[in-house]
Amino acid sequence: MDSVKDSRISGDLPAGRDQEIRGKIDVLNLNAWVADKQALKNINMKVYENRVSAIIGPSGCGKSTFIRCLNRLHETVSGAKSSGNIFLDGENILRTGFDEVVLRRKVGMVFQKPTPFPTMSIYDNVAAGIKLYSRYSRGELDGIVERSLKHAALWEEVKDILDKPGPSLSGGQQQRLCIARALAVKPEVLLLDEPCSALDPISTGKIEELIHELKKNLTIVIVTHNMQQAARIADFTGFFLLGELIEFDITKKIFMAPSDKRTEDYVTGRFG
Amino acid sequence: MENGRQKQYFLRKIKDRVFLLAVFVCTLIAVLPLLFVLSHILLKGLGAINLDFFLHLPTPVGEAGGGMGNAIIGTLILILLACGIGLPIGILGGIWLAQFGDGKRGFFIRYSADVLAGIPTIVIGMFAYALIVIRMGRFSALAGGFALGLIMIPTIVRTTEELIKMVPRSLYEAGLALGIPGWKVTLRIIFRTAWSGIFTGIMLAVARIAGETAPLIFTAFNTPYWSFRLDQPMASMTVTIFNYAISPFDDWHAKAWAGSLVLIFAVLGVTLLVRKFSKQVQYG
Repeated sequence: MDSVKDSRISGDLPAGRDQEIRGKIDVLNLNAWVADKQALKNINMKVYENRVSAIIGPSGCGKSTFIRCLNRLHETVSGAKSSGNIFLDGENILRTGFDEVVLRRKVGMVFQKPTPFPTMSIYDNVAAGIKLYSRYSRGELDGIVERSLKHAALWEEVKDILDKPGPSLSGGQQQRLCIARALAVKPEVLLLDEPCSALDPISTGKIEELIHELKKNLTIVIVTHNMQQAARIADFTGFFLLGELIEFDITKKIFMAPSDKRTEDYVTGRFG
Repeated sequence: MENGRQKQYFLRKIKDRVFLLAVFVCTLIAVLPLLFVLSHILLKGLGAINLDFFLHLPTPVGEAGGGMGNAIIGTLILILLACGIGLPIGILGGIWLAQFGDGKRGFFIRYSADVLAGIPTIVIGMFAYALIVIRMGRFSALAGGFALGLIMIPTIVRTTEELIKMVPRSLYEAGLALGIPGWKVTLRIIFRTAWSGIFTGIMLAVARIAGETAPLIFTAFNTPYWSFRLDQPMASMTVTIFNYAISPFDDWHAKAWAGSLVLIFAVLGVTLLVRKFSKQVQYG
Protein backbone atom coordinates (compact mmCIF):
# COMPACT_ATOMS: atom_id res chain seq x y z
CA MET A 1 0.00 0.00 0.00
CA ASP A 2 2.14 2.87 1.21
CA SER A 3 5.87 2.87 1.22
CA VAL A 4 7.74 3.06 4.45
CA LYS A 5 8.74 6.61 3.75
CA ASP A 6 6.18 9.27 4.33
CA SER A 7 6.97 12.84 3.52
CA ARG A 8 5.33 14.00 6.73
CA ILE A 9 7.40 11.68 8.87
CA SER A 10 11.03 12.58 9.43
CA GLY A 11 13.82 10.28 10.49
CA ASP A 12 13.65 6.50 10.76
CA LEU A 13 10.37 4.81 11.36
CA PRO A 14 10.31 2.39 14.26
CA ALA A 15 11.04 -0.96 12.68
CA GLY A 16 8.28 -3.53 12.64
CA ARG A 17 8.72 -7.12 13.71
CA ASP A 18 9.03 -9.12 10.53
CA GLN A 19 6.72 -6.80 8.76
CA GLU A 20 6.81 -3.66 6.75
CA ILE A 21 5.17 -0.67 8.30
CA ARG A 22 1.99 0.03 6.47
CA GLY A 23 -0.59 2.80 6.55
CA LYS A 24 -3.94 1.69 7.97
CA ILE A 25 -5.94 4.89 8.08
CA ASP A 26 -5.29 7.88 5.89
CA VAL A 27 -7.01 11.11 6.86
CA LEU A 28 -7.20 13.73 4.11
CA ASN A 29 -8.48 17.28 4.51
CA LEU A 30 -10.77 16.39 7.38
CA ASN A 31 -12.96 19.18 8.73
CA ALA A 32 -15.51 18.74 11.46
CA TRP A 33 -18.09 20.93 13.11
CA VAL A 34 -19.88 20.68 16.41
CA ALA A 35 -23.02 22.81 16.09
CA ASP A 36 -21.66 25.97 14.44
CA LYS A 37 -18.17 25.73 15.79
CA GLN A 38 -15.45 24.25 13.64
CA ALA A 39 -13.73 21.66 15.78
CA LEU A 40 -11.27 20.27 13.23
CA LYS A 41 -9.55 22.24 10.52
CA ASN A 42 -8.11 20.48 7.52
CA ILE A 43 -6.54 17.51 9.26
CA ASN A 44 -4.12 15.32 7.29
CA MET A 45 -2.69 12.38 9.11
CA LYS A 46 -1.74 8.77 8.65
CA VAL A 47 -2.27 6.00 11.17
CA TYR A 48 0.13 3.07 10.83
CA GLU A 49 -0.85 -0.54 11.15
CA ASN A 50 0.14 -2.35 14.34
CA ARG A 51 1.42 0.85 15.84
CA VAL A 52 0.17 3.05 18.63
CA SER A 53 -0.57 6.60 17.61
CA ALA A 54 -1.18 9.07 20.42
CA ILE A 55 -3.10 12.29 20.06
CA ILE A 56 -2.14 14.98 22.54
CA GLY A 57 -3.17 18.57 23.04
CA PRO A 58 -4.92 20.85 25.48
CA SER A 59 -8.62 20.54 26.30
CA GLY A 60 -10.95 21.55 23.51
CA CYS A 61 -8.32 21.15 20.79
CA GLY A 62 -10.38 18.61 18.86
CA LYS A 63 -8.61 15.40 19.95
CA SER A 64 -11.80 13.60 20.87
CA THR A 65 -13.66 14.93 17.86
CA PHE A 66 -10.86 13.60 15.71
CA ILE A 67 -10.97 10.02 16.90
CA ARG A 68 -14.77 10.11 16.99
CA CYS A 69 -14.60 10.86 13.27
CA LEU A 70 -12.56 7.70 12.71
CA ASN A 71 -15.55 5.49 13.60
CA ARG A 72 -18.14 8.07 12.55
CA LEU A 73 -19.49 8.41 16.04
CA HIS A 74 -19.02 12.16 15.72
CA GLU A 75 -21.91 12.54 13.30
CA THR A 76 -24.40 10.77 15.59
CA VAL A 77 -24.60 13.87 17.79
CA SER A 78 -27.25 16.27 16.53
CA GLY A 79 -25.73 19.28 14.80
CA ALA A 80 -22.36 17.61 14.21
CA LYS A 81 -20.98 17.52 10.68
CA SER A 82 -17.77 16.56 8.93
CA SER A 83 -16.22 16.82 5.50
CA GLY A 84 -13.12 15.46 3.82
CA ASN A 85 -11.90 11.90 3.44
CA ILE A 86 -10.83 9.15 5.76
CA PHE A 87 -9.47 6.08 4.03
CA LEU A 88 -9.47 2.80 5.92
CA ASP A 89 -7.45 0.28 3.93
CA GLY A 90 -8.01 2.48 0.91
CA GLU A 91 -11.75 2.77 1.27
CA ASN A 92 -13.31 6.14 2.00
CA ILE A 93 -15.37 5.68 5.13
CA LEU A 94 -16.84 9.19 5.01
CA ARG A 95 -18.38 8.48 1.62
CA THR A 96 -22.16 8.73 1.82
CA GLY A 97 -23.64 5.30 1.78
CA PHE A 98 -20.71 3.68 3.58
CA ASP A 99 -22.24 1.43 6.21
CA GLU A 100 -21.16 2.79 9.59
CA VAL A 101 -22.18 -0.45 11.29
CA VAL A 102 -19.61 -2.34 9.22
CA LEU A 103 -17.07 0.38 9.92
CA ARG A 104 -17.58 0.24 13.67
CA ARG A 105 -17.04 -3.50 13.72
CA LYS A 106 -13.62 -2.87 12.21
CA VAL A 107 -12.87 0.20 14.29
CA GLY A 108 -13.70 -0.34 17.96
CA MET A 109 -13.69 2.29 20.67
CA VAL A 110 -13.22 2.61 24.40
CA PHE A 111 -14.29 5.77 26.18
CA GLN A 112 -12.95 7.98 28.93
CA LYS A 113 -15.49 6.85 31.51
CA PRO A 114 -15.92 3.07 31.69
CA THR A 115 -19.29 2.24 30.14
CA PRO A 116 -20.24 -1.31 31.11
CA PHE A 117 -23.90 -1.98 30.29
CA PRO A 118 -25.51 -1.78 33.75
CA THR A 119 -28.14 -4.47 33.32
CA MET A 120 -25.73 -7.07 31.92
CA SER A 121 -23.42 -9.51 33.61
CA ILE A 122 -19.69 -9.46 32.94
CA TYR A 123 -20.18 -12.30 30.47
CA ASP A 124 -23.04 -10.58 28.66
CA ASN A 125 -21.13 -7.32 28.54
CA VAL A 126 -18.29 -8.97 26.68
CA ALA A 127 -20.69 -10.89 24.46
CA ALA A 128 -22.93 -7.88 23.79
CA GLY A 129 -21.25 -6.78 20.57
CA ILE A 130 -21.38 -10.21 18.95
CA LYS A 131 -24.67 -11.40 20.42
CA LEU A 132 -26.57 -8.37 19.24
CA TYR A 133 -25.03 -8.70 15.80
CA SER A 134 -25.66 -12.29 14.83
CA ARG A 135 -26.39 -15.70 16.29
CA TYR A 136 -23.70 -17.69 17.99
CA SER A 137 -23.86 -20.97 19.82
CA ARG A 138 -23.20 -20.97 23.54
CA GLY A 139 -19.90 -22.75 22.97
CA GLU A 140 -18.70 -20.19 20.43
CA LEU A 141 -19.72 -17.37 22.76
CA ASP A 142 -17.90 -18.97 25.70
CA GLY A 143 -14.76 -19.17 23.60
CA ILE A 144 -14.95 -15.59 22.39
CA VAL A 145 -15.69 -14.24 25.88
CA GLU A 146 -12.77 -16.11 27.40
CA ARG A 147 -10.39 -15.13 24.62
CA SER A 148 -11.43 -11.47 24.81
CA LEU A 149 -11.12 -11.29 28.57
CA LYS A 150 -7.68 -12.93 28.35
CA HIS A 151 -6.59 -10.42 25.74
CA ALA A 152 -7.81 -7.64 28.00
CA ALA A 153 -5.82 -9.13 30.90
CA LEU A 154 -8.98 -9.46 32.97
CA TRP A 155 -9.71 -13.18 32.74
CA GLU A 156 -7.86 -14.22 35.89
CA GLU A 157 -9.71 -11.62 37.95
CA VAL A 158 -13.24 -12.36 36.73
CA LYS A 159 -13.31 -15.99 35.55
CA ASP A 160 -15.25 -17.07 38.66
CA ILE A 161 -17.68 -14.14 38.73
CA LEU A 162 -18.77 -13.97 35.09
CA ASP A 163 -22.43 -13.73 36.07
CA LYS A 164 -21.92 -10.73 38.36
CA PRO A 165 -23.16 -7.40 37.00
CA GLY A 166 -20.61 -5.41 34.98
CA PRO A 167 -20.75 -2.28 37.15
CA SER A 168 -19.79 -4.30 40.25
CA LEU A 169 -16.15 -4.27 39.13
CA SER A 170 -13.64 -1.58 40.10
CA GLY A 171 -13.04 1.33 37.75
CA GLY A 172 -9.87 -0.13 36.26
CA GLN A 173 -11.50 -3.54 35.81
CA GLN A 174 -14.53 -1.92 34.22
CA GLN A 175 -12.27 -0.21 31.73
CA ARG A 176 -10.57 -3.50 30.87
CA LEU A 177 -14.03 -5.05 30.60
CA CYS A 178 -14.87 -2.39 28.03
CA ILE A 179 -11.65 -3.19 26.18
CA ALA A 180 -12.57 -6.89 26.25
CA ARG A 181 -16.01 -6.01 24.93
CA ALA A 182 -14.46 -4.04 22.09
CA LEU A 183 -11.99 -6.87 21.34
CA ALA A 184 -14.75 -9.49 21.19
CA VAL A 185 -15.93 -7.94 17.94
CA LYS A 186 -12.43 -8.55 16.50
CA PRO A 187 -11.73 -5.02 15.36
CA GLU A 188 -8.71 -4.10 13.25
CA VAL A 189 -8.35 -0.68 14.84
CA LEU A 190 -8.97 0.26 18.46
CA LEU A 191 -9.69 3.88 19.39
CA LEU A 192 -9.04 4.81 22.99
CA ASP A 193 -10.45 8.14 24.15
CA GLU A 194 -8.51 9.02 27.30
CA PRO A 195 -9.01 5.51 28.64
CA CYS A 196 -6.96 6.10 31.78
CA SER A 197 -8.00 9.56 32.88
CA ALA A 198 -10.52 8.18 35.38
CA LEU A 199 -8.17 5.50 36.71
CA ASP A 200 -5.56 5.26 39.44
CA PRO A 201 -1.86 4.79 38.55
CA ILE A 202 -1.87 1.02 39.04
CA SER A 203 -4.87 0.49 36.79
CA THR A 204 -3.32 2.90 34.33
CA GLY A 205 -0.12 0.85 34.33
CA LYS A 206 -2.09 -2.31 33.58
CA ILE A 207 -3.87 -0.69 30.68
CA GLU A 208 -0.62 0.64 29.27
CA GLU A 209 0.92 -2.84 29.41
CA LEU A 210 -2.17 -4.12 27.73
CA ILE A 211 -1.91 -1.57 24.93
CA HIS A 212 1.63 -2.74 24.35
CA GLU A 213 0.39 -6.32 23.96
CA LEU A 214 -2.59 -5.41 21.85
CA LYS A 215 -0.65 -3.60 19.17
CA LYS A 216 0.72 -6.94 17.99
CA ASN A 217 -2.67 -7.59 16.45
CA LEU A 218 -4.27 -4.18 16.33
CA THR A 219 -3.76 -0.64 15.22
CA ILE A 220 -4.29 1.69 18.14
CA VAL A 221 -5.14 5.38 18.29
CA ILE A 222 -5.17 6.82 21.77
CA VAL A 223 -6.18 10.27 22.91
CA THR A 224 -4.46 11.26 26.10
CA HIS A 225 -4.07 14.26 28.35
CA ASN A 226 -1.01 12.73 29.83
CA MET A 227 2.15 13.45 27.85
CA GLN A 228 4.23 10.95 29.78
CA GLN A 229 1.72 8.33 28.80
CA ALA A 230 2.07 9.24 25.15
CA ALA A 231 5.85 9.12 25.49
CA ARG A 232 5.66 5.69 27.16
CA ILE A 233 3.32 3.87 24.87
CA ALA A 234 3.06 5.58 21.51
CA ASP A 235 5.12 4.98 18.39
CA PHE A 236 3.73 8.10 16.80
CA THR A 237 2.32 11.23 18.34
CA GLY A 238 0.19 13.99 16.91
CA PHE A 239 -0.17 17.36 18.56
CA PHE A 240 -3.51 19.12 18.16
CA LEU A 241 -4.11 22.77 18.94
CA LEU A 242 -7.31 24.72 18.37
CA GLY A 243 -8.63 22.19 15.90
CA GLU A 244 -5.44 21.93 13.88
CA LEU A 245 -2.92 19.13 13.69
CA ILE A 246 0.24 21.09 14.41
CA GLU A 247 2.66 18.22 14.12
CA PHE A 248 2.60 14.48 13.63
CA ASP A 249 5.76 12.48 13.93
CA ILE A 250 7.59 9.69 15.65
CA THR A 251 6.95 10.07 19.37
CA LYS A 252 10.62 10.49 20.22
CA LYS A 253 10.91 13.32 17.75
CA ILE A 254 7.81 15.09 19.08
CA PHE A 255 9.18 15.07 22.59
CA MET A 256 12.90 15.49 21.90
CA ALA A 257 13.07 17.67 18.85
CA PRO A 258 9.72 18.99 17.71
CA SER A 259 9.83 21.04 14.54
CA ASP A 260 7.08 23.43 15.53
CA LYS A 261 7.53 26.01 18.26
CA ARG A 262 4.00 25.44 19.56
CA THR A 263 4.62 21.72 19.97
CA GLU A 264 7.79 22.47 21.87
CA ASP A 265 6.00 24.92 24.15
CA TYR A 266 3.33 22.35 24.88
CA VAL A 267 5.51 19.31 25.52
CA THR A 268 7.89 21.28 27.68
CA GLY A 269 4.98 22.48 29.75
CA ARG A 270 5.07 26.12 28.81
CA PHE A 271 1.33 26.12 28.25
CA GLY A 272 -1.65 23.80 28.21
CA MET B 1 -26.41 44.71 73.65
CA GLU B 2 -25.93 41.32 75.21
CA ASN B 3 -29.55 41.39 76.31
CA GLY B 4 -30.79 42.17 72.78
CA ARG B 5 -28.88 39.27 71.31
CA GLN B 6 -30.28 36.94 73.92
CA LYS B 7 -33.79 38.11 73.05
CA GLN B 8 -33.17 37.57 69.36
CA TYR B 9 -31.96 34.07 70.09
CA PHE B 10 -35.13 33.15 71.97
CA LEU B 11 -37.30 34.70 69.30
CA ARG B 12 -35.55 32.59 66.71
CA LYS B 13 -36.01 29.49 68.82
CA ILE B 14 -39.72 30.18 69.17
CA LYS B 15 -40.14 30.82 65.45
CA ASP B 16 -38.38 27.55 64.75
CA ARG B 17 -40.72 25.66 67.07
CA VAL B 18 -43.83 27.31 65.64
CA PHE B 19 -42.95 26.47 62.06
CA LEU B 20 -41.96 22.92 62.94
CA LEU B 21 -45.34 22.50 64.59
CA ALA B 22 -47.13 24.03 61.61
CA VAL B 23 -45.35 21.65 59.23
CA PHE B 24 -46.21 18.70 61.43
CA VAL B 25 -49.89 19.67 61.64
CA CYS B 26 -50.15 20.18 57.90
CA THR B 27 -48.53 16.81 57.25
CA LEU B 28 -50.97 15.22 59.64
CA ILE B 29 -53.91 16.87 57.91
CA ALA B 30 -52.61 15.62 54.58
CA VAL B 31 -52.28 12.04 55.80
CA LEU B 32 -55.42 11.91 57.91
CA PRO B 33 -57.93 11.57 55.05
CA LEU B 34 -56.06 8.51 53.79
CA LEU B 35 -56.12 6.98 57.26
CA PHE B 36 -59.82 7.81 57.65
CA VAL B 37 -60.71 6.34 54.27
CA LEU B 38 -58.69 3.19 54.88
CA SER B 39 -59.97 2.62 58.41
CA HIS B 40 -63.57 3.38 57.44
CA ILE B 41 -63.45 0.98 54.51
CA LEU B 42 -61.80 -1.65 56.69
CA LEU B 43 -64.49 -1.34 59.35
CA LYS B 44 -67.38 -1.37 56.92
CA GLY B 45 -66.05 -3.84 54.39
CA LEU B 46 -64.27 -6.49 56.38
CA GLY B 47 -67.54 -8.02 57.60
CA ALA B 48 -68.75 -8.88 54.10
CA ILE B 49 -65.50 -10.44 52.93
CA ASN B 50 -65.33 -14.20 52.76
CA LEU B 51 -64.34 -16.83 50.25
CA ASP B 52 -67.75 -16.61 48.54
CA PHE B 53 -67.13 -12.96 47.86
CA PHE B 54 -64.22 -13.85 45.57
CA LEU B 55 -65.69 -16.97 43.98
CA HIS B 56 -69.42 -16.44 43.56
CA LEU B 57 -71.73 -14.44 41.34
CA PRO B 58 -73.85 -11.63 42.73
CA THR B 59 -77.20 -12.86 44.04
CA PRO B 60 -80.55 -11.20 43.37
CA VAL B 61 -81.87 -8.76 45.94
CA GLY B 62 -83.08 -10.41 49.11
CA GLU B 63 -81.09 -13.57 48.59
CA ALA B 64 -78.22 -13.90 51.03
CA GLY B 65 -74.64 -14.79 50.10
CA GLY B 66 -73.04 -14.38 46.73
CA GLY B 67 -70.06 -12.25 45.80
CA MET B 68 -68.49 -10.44 42.94
CA GLY B 69 -66.15 -13.04 41.47
CA ASN B 70 -67.22 -12.09 37.98
CA ALA B 71 -66.36 -8.45 38.62
CA ILE B 72 -62.89 -9.32 39.92
CA ILE B 73 -62.17 -11.43 36.83
CA GLY B 74 -63.76 -8.74 34.67
CA THR B 75 -61.51 -6.03 36.05
CA LEU B 76 -58.45 -8.22 35.41
CA ILE B 77 -59.54 -8.86 31.81
CA LEU B 78 -60.23 -5.18 31.25
CA ILE B 79 -56.78 -4.30 32.59
CA LEU B 80 -55.18 -6.84 30.25
CA LEU B 81 -57.10 -5.39 27.31
CA ALA B 82 -56.06 -1.87 28.31
CA CYS B 83 -52.42 -2.99 28.54
CA GLY B 84 -52.70 -4.62 25.12
CA ILE B 85 -53.66 -1.27 23.67
CA GLY B 86 -51.85 1.16 25.95
CA LEU B 87 -48.45 -0.48 26.41
CA PRO B 88 -47.26 -0.98 22.82
CA ILE B 89 -48.41 2.49 21.78
CA GLY B 90 -47.21 4.14 24.97
CA ILE B 91 -43.81 2.45 25.10
CA LEU B 92 -42.99 2.84 21.43
CA GLY B 93 -44.22 6.43 21.52
CA GLY B 94 -42.04 7.14 24.54
CA ILE B 95 -39.00 5.60 22.88
CA TRP B 96 -39.61 7.68 19.78
CA LEU B 97 -39.94 10.86 21.83
CA ALA B 98 -36.74 10.14 23.73
CA GLN B 99 -34.75 9.39 20.59
CA PHE B 100 -36.13 11.72 17.95
CA GLY B 101 -38.45 14.04 19.85
CA ASP B 102 -36.27 17.15 19.76
CA GLY B 103 -38.04 18.97 16.96
CA LYS B 104 -41.49 20.36 16.31
CA ARG B 105 -43.08 16.96 15.90
CA GLY B 106 -41.75 15.91 19.28
CA PHE B 107 -43.13 19.02 20.89
CA PHE B 108 -46.52 18.42 19.29
CA ILE B 109 -46.69 14.80 20.43
CA ARG B 110 -45.50 15.61 23.94
CA TYR B 111 -48.07 18.38 24.19
CA SER B 112 -50.83 16.10 22.90
CA ALA B 113 -49.93 13.47 25.48
CA ASP B 114 -50.16 16.05 28.25
CA VAL B 115 -53.53 17.26 27.00
CA LEU B 116 -54.79 13.69 26.69
CA ALA B 117 -53.69 13.06 30.27
CA GLY B 118 -55.78 16.01 31.38
CA ILE B 119 -59.01 14.96 29.68
CA PRO B 120 -61.62 13.79 32.22
CA THR B 121 -61.91 10.03 31.98
CA ILE B 122 -65.67 10.19 31.51
CA VAL B 123 -65.05 12.05 28.26
CA ILE B 124 -62.75 9.25 27.15
CA GLY B 125 -65.57 6.86 28.01
CA MET B 126 -67.97 8.85 25.85
CA PHE B 127 -65.46 8.77 23.03
CA ALA B 128 -65.22 4.99 23.25
CA TYR B 129 -69.00 4.85 23.41
CA ALA B 130 -69.37 6.88 20.24
CA LEU B 131 -66.59 5.06 18.43
CA ILE B 132 -67.22 1.45 19.41
CA VAL B 133 -70.41 0.90 21.40
CA ILE B 134 -72.71 2.68 18.97
CA ARG B 135 -71.17 0.93 15.96
CA MET B 136 -71.27 -2.50 17.56
CA GLY B 137 -74.76 -1.87 18.81
CA ARG B 138 -73.95 -3.09 22.30
CA PHE B 139 -71.73 -2.57 25.31
CA SER B 140 -68.58 -4.64 25.25
CA ALA B 141 -65.41 -5.42 27.18
CA LEU B 142 -63.53 -4.32 24.10
CA ALA B 143 -64.91 -0.79 24.34
CA GLY B 144 -64.06 -0.69 28.06
CA GLY B 145 -60.51 -1.93 27.47
CA PHE B 146 -60.11 0.59 24.68
CA ALA B 147 -61.17 3.47 26.95
CA LEU B 148 -58.84 2.35 29.75
CA GLY B 149 -56.02 1.85 27.23
CA LEU B 150 -56.42 5.42 26.00
CA ILE B 151 -56.19 6.64 29.59
CA MET B 152 -52.95 4.70 30.05
CA ILE B 153 -51.21 5.96 26.92
CA PRO B 154 -50.08 9.43 28.04
CA THR B 155 -48.72 8.17 31.38
CA ILE B 156 -46.79 5.37 29.71
CA VAL B 157 -45.48 7.65 26.95
CA ARG B 158 -44.12 10.21 29.35
CA THR B 159 -42.70 7.70 31.85
CA THR B 160 -40.94 5.79 29.09
CA GLU B 161 -39.55 8.98 27.60
CA GLU B 162 -38.28 10.34 30.90
CA LEU B 163 -36.64 7.10 31.94
CA ILE B 164 -34.98 6.48 28.60
CA LYS B 165 -33.64 10.01 28.65
CA MET B 166 -32.14 9.30 32.06
CA VAL B 167 -29.90 6.62 30.57
CA PRO B 168 -26.63 8.41 29.82
CA ARG B 169 -25.78 8.97 26.16
CA SER B 170 -22.41 7.34 26.78
CA LEU B 171 -24.16 3.95 26.94
CA TYR B 172 -25.82 4.59 23.59
CA GLU B 173 -22.47 5.55 22.08
CA ALA B 174 -20.80 2.53 23.65
CA GLY B 175 -23.37 0.35 21.91
CA LEU B 176 -22.93 2.10 18.58
CA ALA B 177 -19.15 1.82 18.89
CA LEU B 178 -19.50 -1.97 19.02
CA GLY B 179 -21.07 -1.88 15.59
CA ILE B 180 -24.58 -2.57 16.84
CA PRO B 181 -27.25 -0.84 14.72
CA GLY B 182 -28.86 2.14 16.46
CA TRP B 183 -32.34 0.66 16.82
CA LYS B 184 -30.91 -2.46 18.41
CA VAL B 185 -28.86 -0.40 20.84
CA THR B 186 -32.04 1.43 21.81
CA LEU B 187 -34.14 -1.69 22.29
CA ARG B 188 -31.62 -4.14 23.70
CA ILE B 189 -29.40 -1.89 25.79
CA ILE B 190 -31.05 1.47 26.50
CA PHE B 191 -34.59 0.16 26.95
CA ARG B 192 -33.36 -2.72 29.08
CA THR B 193 -31.44 -0.33 31.29
CA ALA B 194 -34.49 1.86 31.75
CA TRP B 195 -36.88 -1.09 32.05
CA SER B 196 -37.15 -1.39 35.84
CA GLY B 197 -38.21 2.25 36.04
CA ILE B 198 -40.60 1.91 33.12
CA PHE B 199 -42.10 -1.17 34.76
CA THR B 200 -42.79 0.87 37.89
CA GLY B 201 -44.56 3.43 35.72
CA ILE B 202 -46.62 0.72 34.05
CA MET B 203 -47.73 -0.78 37.35
CA LEU B 204 -48.72 2.63 38.68
CA ALA B 205 -50.72 3.27 35.51
CA VAL B 206 -52.40 -0.13 35.93
CA ALA B 207 -53.22 0.67 39.53
CA ARG B 208 -54.77 3.90 38.36
CA ILE B 209 -57.00 2.44 35.66
CA ALA B 210 -58.06 -0.39 37.96
CA GLY B 211 -59.92 2.22 39.96
CA GLU B 212 -61.60 3.95 37.02
CA THR B 213 -65.40 3.87 36.97
CA ALA B 214 -66.57 6.61 34.68
CA PRO B 215 -65.11 5.32 31.40
CA LEU B 216 -66.59 1.86 32.05
CA ILE B 217 -70.18 2.82 32.79
CA PHE B 218 -71.13 3.20 29.17
CA THR B 219 -68.49 1.01 27.54
CA ALA B 220 -68.03 -2.31 29.34
CA PHE B 221 -71.25 -1.65 31.26
CA ASN B 222 -71.88 -4.45 33.73
CA THR B 223 -73.37 -7.90 34.00
CA PRO B 224 -74.35 -10.10 36.92
CA TYR B 225 -73.00 -13.20 35.14
CA TRP B 226 -69.62 -14.66 34.39
CA SER B 227 -68.47 -12.98 31.22
CA PHE B 228 -65.39 -13.83 29.23
CA ARG B 229 -66.43 -12.73 25.76
CA LEU B 230 -64.79 -9.52 24.71
CA ASP B 231 -67.68 -8.46 22.49
CA GLN B 232 -70.16 -8.67 25.36
CA PRO B 233 -70.70 -6.49 28.41
CA MET B 234 -68.31 -7.29 31.21
CA ALA B 235 -68.57 -6.77 34.94
CA SER B 236 -65.91 -4.69 36.69
CA MET B 237 -65.34 -4.06 40.36
CA THR B 238 -65.74 -0.31 40.11
CA VAL B 239 -69.06 -0.34 38.25
CA THR B 240 -70.38 -3.10 40.49
CA ILE B 241 -69.42 -1.06 43.55
CA PHE B 242 -71.14 1.93 42.00
CA ASN B 243 -74.35 0.02 41.36
CA TYR B 244 -74.36 -1.54 44.81
CA ALA B 245 -73.60 1.71 46.57
CA ILE B 246 -76.51 3.61 44.99
CA SER B 247 -78.94 0.74 45.62
CA PRO B 248 -81.35 0.94 48.56
CA PHE B 249 -80.35 -2.46 50.06
CA ASP B 250 -78.22 -2.88 53.15
CA ASP B 251 -76.74 -6.15 51.97
CA TRP B 252 -75.59 -4.53 48.74
CA HIS B 253 -74.13 -1.61 50.65
CA ALA B 254 -72.03 -4.00 52.67
CA LYS B 255 -70.88 -5.68 49.46
CA ALA B 256 -69.98 -2.31 47.98
CA TRP B 257 -67.78 -1.63 51.00
CA ALA B 258 -66.19 -5.05 50.68
CA GLY B 259 -65.54 -4.45 46.99
CA SER B 260 -63.92 -1.11 47.78
CA LEU B 261 -61.76 -2.76 50.37
CA VAL B 262 -60.53 -5.42 47.97
CA LEU B 263 -59.91 -2.89 45.21
CA ILE B 264 -58.09 -0.41 47.41
CA PHE B 265 -55.84 -3.00 48.95
CA ALA B 266 -55.09 -4.59 45.60
CA VAL B 267 -54.04 -1.19 44.23
CA LEU B 268 -52.15 -0.34 47.39
CA GLY B 269 -50.45 -3.73 47.36
CA VAL B 270 -49.36 -3.37 43.74
CA THR B 271 -48.02 0.12 44.38
CA LEU B 272 -46.10 -0.91 47.47
CA LEU B 273 -44.67 -4.05 45.88
CA VAL B 274 -43.53 -2.12 42.86
CA ARG B 275 -41.88 0.55 44.99
CA LYS B 276 -40.14 -2.09 47.04
CA PHE B 277 -38.83 -4.17 44.18
CA SER B 278 -38.03 -1.55 41.58
CA LYS B 279 -34.46 -0.97 42.57
CA GLN B 280 -32.62 1.94 41.13
CA VAL B 281 -30.17 0.86 38.46
CA GLN B 282 -26.83 2.55 38.77
CA TYR B 283 -25.38 3.81 35.55
CA GLY B 284 -21.75 3.06 34.75
